[in-house]
Amino acid sequence: MNSDLRSPLNRARGLGSAKDGLHHWWAQRLTALALIPLVIWFAISLVMMSGADYGMVRAWIGSPVAMVLLILTIVIGLHHGQLGIQVVIEDYVHREGLKLALIVAVRFIAVFFGLAATVAIMRIGFGG
Amino acid sequence: MSVANRPVQRPLSPHLQVYRPQLTSTLSILHRATGIALSVGVLYLAVWVVCASASPDTYAKFQGFNSSIVGRFVLGGWLFCVFYHLFNGIRHLFWDAGYGFELKDAYRSGWIVVVASLVVTAISWIVGLRLI
Repeated sequence: MNSDLRSPLNRARGLGSAKDGLHHWWAQRLTALALIPLVIWFAISLVMMSGADYGMVRAWIGSPVAMVLLILTIVIGLHHGQLGIQVVIEDYVHREGLKLALIVAVRFIAVFFGLAATVAIMRIGFGG
Repeated sequence: MSVANRPVQRPLSPHLQVYRPQLTSTLSILHRATGIALSVGVLYLAVWVVCASASPDTYAKFQGFNSSIVGRFVLGGWLFCVFYHLFNGIRHLFWDAGYGFELKDAYRSGWIVVVASLVVTAISWIVGLRLI
């Protein structure tokens, strides 16, 4: 009958011991997949821009394609990084309160830097 | 101390240091280490665009660090982290899809990741330094 010792309701919810089911795992993979082309594009751009001056860098960041791809790279990169760092914290920090505080702090930092970068890129692109 | 209160000296399970380092475990640890480095790197990337949007002076200060010897090493090392984590991440996605679990395949893909990330990093250093 219940060979895995979980109640039928628990199994129907499919949330397991981590209480959030597949969500974290799946988000980490989806962001990884999205980052493959973005990181390749970004690494090539960065190497090609070695030695570029202020004006050239701003012109590049403000171009329509770079604006969109750069925002995607930074925001998805932050999301992927936040998910990864959360796993590292969960592996090594065993005091519940500290663990939760660190995970929340990492999330807040990711959201703050993501918004700051997005605003900065748009300011450059729209000439603010 | 009474016998009942004395902590029980149970044998502990072997820890990391008793295992001989293997390619697979080393690459796994390196994946996490580069992931942590890249998480800091993406914050730095955000600082970069914020500096570029602020003023020429702010940007010049930021670039001052990047073009210093330390800055060059950090950015060059960061590029290796990017390529290693990218290639090994693709290796992980294949595992997630159920491919490449045989020991022989895990070693082969591991070596491919090592060689590919070193080669691509070297190429990007050479191209980058020539453009400066």
